[in-house]
Amino acid sequence: MANYSISDLEIIARKLRRHVITMISTAGSGHPGGSLSAADIITVLYFKMMKHDPRDPKWPDRDRFVLSKGHAAPILYATLAECGYFPLEWLTTLRKAGTCLQGHTDSNLTPGVDASTGSLGQGLSVGIGMALAARLDEKDYHTYVLLGDGECDEGQVWEAAMFAPNYKLDNLTAIVDFNKIQLDGFTRDIMNLEPFIDKWRAFNWEVLEIDGHDIKQTIDAIGKARSIRGKPAVIIAHTIKGKGVSFMENNVDFHGKAPNKSETEIALKELS
Amino acid sequence: MIDFAEMTSREAYGRILTELGKENPDIVVLDADLSRSTMTKYFARQFPGRFFECGIAEQNMIGIAAGLAHCGKISFVSTFAVFAAGRCFDQVRMCVAQPGADVKIVATHGGITVGEDGSSHQAIEDLALYCSLPNFSVIVPADAIETVEVIKSAALTSGPFYIRLGRSKTPVIYTNGCTFKLGKADKLKDGSDATIIATGVMVAKALEAASNLEKSGIRCRVLNMSTLKPADQQAIIAAAADTGAIVTAEEHLLHGGLGSIVAQVLVAHRPVPVASLGINDMYCRSGKPDELLEMHGLTSRDIELAVRDVLTRKTHV
Repeated sequence: MANYSISDLEIIARKLRRHVITMISTAGSGHPGGSLSAADIITVLYFKMMKHDPRDPKWPDRDRFVLSKGHAAPILYATLAECGYFPLEWLTTLRKAGTCLQGHTDSNLTPGVDASTGSLGQGLSVGIGMALAARLDEKDYHTYVLLGDGECDEGQVWEAAMFAPNYKLDNLTAIVDFNKIQLDGFTRDIMNLEPFIDKWRAFNWEVLEIDGHDIKQTIDAIGKARSIRGKPAVIIAHTIKGKGVSFMENNVDFHGKAPNKSETEIALKELS
Repeated sequence: MIDFAEMTSREAYGRILTELGKENPDIVVLDADLSRSTMTKYFARQFPGRFFECGIAEQNMIGIAAGLAHCGKISFVSTFAVFAAGRCFDQVRMCVAQPGADVKIVATHGGITVGEDGSSHQAIEDLALYCSLPNFSVIVPADAIETVEVIKSAALTSGPFYIRLGRSKTPVIYTNGCTFKLGKADKLKDGSDATIIATGVMVAKALEAASNLEKSGIRCRVLNMSTLKPADQQAIIAAAADTGAIVTAEEHLLHGGLGSIVAQVLVAHRPVPVASLGINDMYCRSGKPDELLEMHGLTSRDIELAVRDVLTRKTHV
């Protein structure tokens, strides 16, 4: 990929957020909050850190990415389109009958999507399988899995969290988009995750903690995570749900609701 | 040369899987702390680098198997049938069935012939659940010899498989070898009065029933329907056309298993009298395998009575 500067990446992330708003608004349904909170992380991965080739989505040596929080599909689709995996015109077909851009990610239909997700808590396990395959094939690709904080309520996440260090999977990095909100409310009220970092440490992960909207911190943490040997790393990225749109920020209502026409206009203006 | 005939189906599975592993380096195996029961232990011993012990965590195991398959591996996953079906159904649906991943779920200890462990360990819903999943092939081999052929076929055929094996030693039917074809029922015996369609452990009992009935002059066709999905519709329709009455027998709930599949085909194409033997909407209890089969009407004698029953309902042309 091109050698983007931090300010370039900030501009790209803002553009991707605009796509997310337009896509979900056009679809009339979707999950803006979790797409906006993950925008900077995904920008850094696809435009700076990951080894991938939009002209060859199935390139065997590519880094793998699993969007375990599958409801954030719009931000991944916007990213893949901007990278050149498919035409930008596809974006406004989101969720419509006949589209390649399903409500939640579908690896059968969308070029560049490595795993079907949408039922929460499963992506880390799939990422572990990809990391094990790399080890068997003696390939040096890295596997990234982006989890939501709410989905860490699922028991399977912790089955996977136990497995990866047991197999010393240092070619696997988990990133938690820790935006503190799930569908029914704040995570601290719905199902308290704390002490969250201690939990991952207790499961033998290398834990890195960052501001998930600080591009430099995100680049540095992903770089460091890749360099750790003998165990997997998890990056706990503190984020703001709905980041970038004033009335969506920290607002549980925009977990899974599309903005109306006037809200869309305001949002796009704020992100311009 | 391995003599599979003397083995349980799961023992034959463990042995053939290890042989296949020698030929194909892409085969990987996952187990959830049951490798000494599912017999994946042989593969683990021979290929420790390609065997992944997942601990007692079936949901995670399925996701990992799918991730490996997404990167070109052929994942064989084993646990008990009751856990393979119930414990990780959503993971199988999302990560294996939907993407059509190359994951072969070989579940042992299927059905009530698990015996003494009781209802918690007796998978009686697994075939209904797996047959409900798009993209899946679902197979119940009749003996150890067929198991070997089924496993070989699954390793060579891309896409998701569910293969159900039992716990106990069962009679060998294919003493002279077996040519398994995915999606094809095997006609083990021909006759014109009625057809017995059976799967798994019930196939041997169907043959026994057919030879007993022959003594009374009743000639039965016997079909081993080891592949439940995709079902061999042609064989079912031909059986109805040629014999005019059908009995099904399976070690599974009557809902959603072999009986349901056969009835659905017949209703659409060639309605004839049918009697279905299976477990009737209840959980079973601890006991010896044969005692349990008797309690639930799954003996060769029960099949004979069912054949006599459908014959009385048969419309004579």
